[in-house]
Amino acid sequence: MSILVDKNTRLIVQGITGNEGLFHTTQMAAYGTNVVGGVTPGKGGEWVLDGKIPVFDSVKSAKDATDANATIIFVPARFAPDAMFEAADAGIPLIICITEGVVIHDMMRVSNYLDQKKVRLIGPNCPGLLTPGEAKVGIIPGNIAIPGNVGVVSRSGTLTYEVLYAMKNLGMGASTCVGIGGDPVNGTNFIDVLEMFEHDPQTEKVIMIGEIGGNEEEKAAEFIRTKMTKPVASFIAGQTAPPGKRMGHAGAIIEGGAGTAADKIKALEAAGVKVAKHPEEIPTLL
Amino acid sequence: MKLHEYQSKNIFSKYGIPIPKGRVATTAQEAKQIAEELGGRVVVKSQVLVGGRGKAGGVKLAKDAAEAEQLATQILGMEIKGLPVRKVLVDEASAIDQEIYFAITDDRAAKKPVMIASAAGGVDIEEVAATTPEKIIKIHIDPLLGLREYQARDVAVAIDLPRDYWREFTKIAMGLWEVYKNTDASLAEINPLVITKDKKLVALDGKMMIDDNALFRLPDLAEMRDTDEDAPAEIEARKYGLSFIKLDGDIGCMVNGAGLAMTSMDVIKLFGGEPANFLDVGGGADSKKVAAAMRIILTDPNVKAVLFNIFGGITRCDEVARGILTAMDEVKPTVPMVVRLVGTNAEEGRKLLENANMITAETLADAAKKSVEAAKKGK
Repeated sequence: MSILVDKNTRLIVQGITGNEGLFHTTQMAAYGTNVVGGVTPGKGGEWVLDGKIPVFDSVKSAKDATDANATIIFVPARFAPDAMFEAADAGIPLIICITEGVVIHDMMRVSNYLDQKKVRLIGPNCPGLLTPGEAKVGIIPGNIAIPGNVGVVSRSGTLTYEVLYAMKNLGMGASTCVGIGGDPVNGTNFIDVLEMFEHDPQTEKVIMIGEIGGNEEEKAAEFIRTKMTKPVASFIAGQTAPPGKRMGHAGAIIEGGAGTAADKIKALEAAGVKVAKHPEEIPTLL
Repeated sequence: MKLHEYQSKNIFSKYGIPIPKGRVATTAQEAKQIAEELGGRVVVKSQVLVGGRGKAGGVKLAKDAAEAEQLATQILGMEIKGLPVRKVLVDEASAIDQEIYFAITDDRAAKKPVMIASAAGGVDIEEVAATTPEKIIKIHIDPLLGLREYQARDVAVAIDLPRDYWREFTKIAMGLWEVYKNTDASLAEINPLVITKDKKLVALDGKMMIDDNALFRLPDLAEMRDTDEDAPAEIEARKYGLSFIKLDGDIGCMVNGAGLAMTSMDVIKLFGGEPANFLDVGGGADSKKVAAAMRIILTDPNVKAVLFNIFGGITRCDEVARGILTAMDEVKPTVPMVVRLVGTNAEEGRKLLENANMITAETLADAAKKSVEAAKKGK
């Protein structure tokens, strides 16, 4: 068991013929992910990866032909909202949006629309999902993680790689790694994922990697305190970040004194979460 | 991107929100001329992108054009929180009965826009929120439906606005919603919205913040960017698509990924050092970008050592190593460099750097320790 993606995932790639889309489709397929098709409007009928993966003009036609149950989006930011609406309307229940730089107003509309349709969105501005040994739906390097019983959830990309790598070096594997993304408005949040891990029989422990900005970590701490039985270890990035500046991620900003690393660490520790001083220390806390 | 008060109010005005008569001036002479045109008392207001202008003496009342000129001379020579005042707004003075706070902003947790209003306007709203939160009204807006007039009336009722003003307030709220929506604003704020002695609602001060990611579809707004508040290195970094923020320490950092970049700063601090900057070279950083990043880091004279922390995913470590070599050829740095490469093509990258006279590290903790030591030696 794992969460969100596994061997049974039938994935399509929106933006499959673009540079990034094609590169990561190759990587995902090489990992063993079941990529059943792709979408690029105007290129329907073509094939990629030496004739192995068919390209369609729309998500609807791709779904009809392949019975896909998940989609990953690699299109540029200005087209990403439309790609998410299209996937939801085509009846795809799980959308993973890798694209960085989606306009927040667009994301508020997308997010509210998808909630009404009961469609799950991971991202945007995220590295996607990795269930080691089963499926890689995103851009997390496959070779840095091994299968295991630790659920990993994170707002970051490369920082997550750092933690997976430190885990691997200690012989510790992951059930599923979920990058929820660094944008202020995203689809799936910490609590959604923590709840899935709590109910997943394979997951025995959880690592949560947060950062400054917003109050999702504080809310997660409350959830861990009241609803979780599995142990959680954490790291919060941005302890040295100055207030009022956006630290690379659109969502990573301390506003009006709120969203600081210190507040988040305090809330997590009060909930019984062990908080690491640096990322390489996290796996040793479990 | 932040907009100045005068820019924000000009936009408000286009959407039917009443603002005081007035114009922006860059010289005291101009300020005098505007004051003469307006006649009577005027307010001379510094236009800088920081809060607390009033407290800093950057907003003054003048009884006539001569005094306006004198005050403009004084204010145009000022610096407020380190920012030079280059423009003043000269507005007709209003006789005020009541001050209201009214704004529309993103509520990231609710994933919806929210109207925020308070009868206690004119002051720092964060202070009101901290001390008397019951005085603040919040009503969410469905982003798919837009603001409905009844919601604007609900706000008017909640802040005890007299009935005579409901119609006008609703018009202003609907106008501000259109402003917020059409400019992809993360904040559209009127503080204060005043009731004047002659019974009118006027947006006396305005503030707007625009989502940088939306500027591609807002070319007119993109041109309004004032880069005064950004360090020159930050402007340079933006050109190369690098995310850079200058800090006060002495260890330069170049990292791929925002989360890891923040973390590298934190770990430097953990081992007793101080980071000189935040720098995310981004995913798929090529050698050109890496070279630009290194040049930007080394223009800071405080930098005594540089830490390169690259976790190759999309980014290939050999590509980054080539960038480092190119930049070293160009910049000829004299400070010690600590480099840690992990992930995609890390081995190839390390080989390329073998003869480059750099300190290498295996783990992030190790890299941070070594850069702290190197910086201490360099002092």
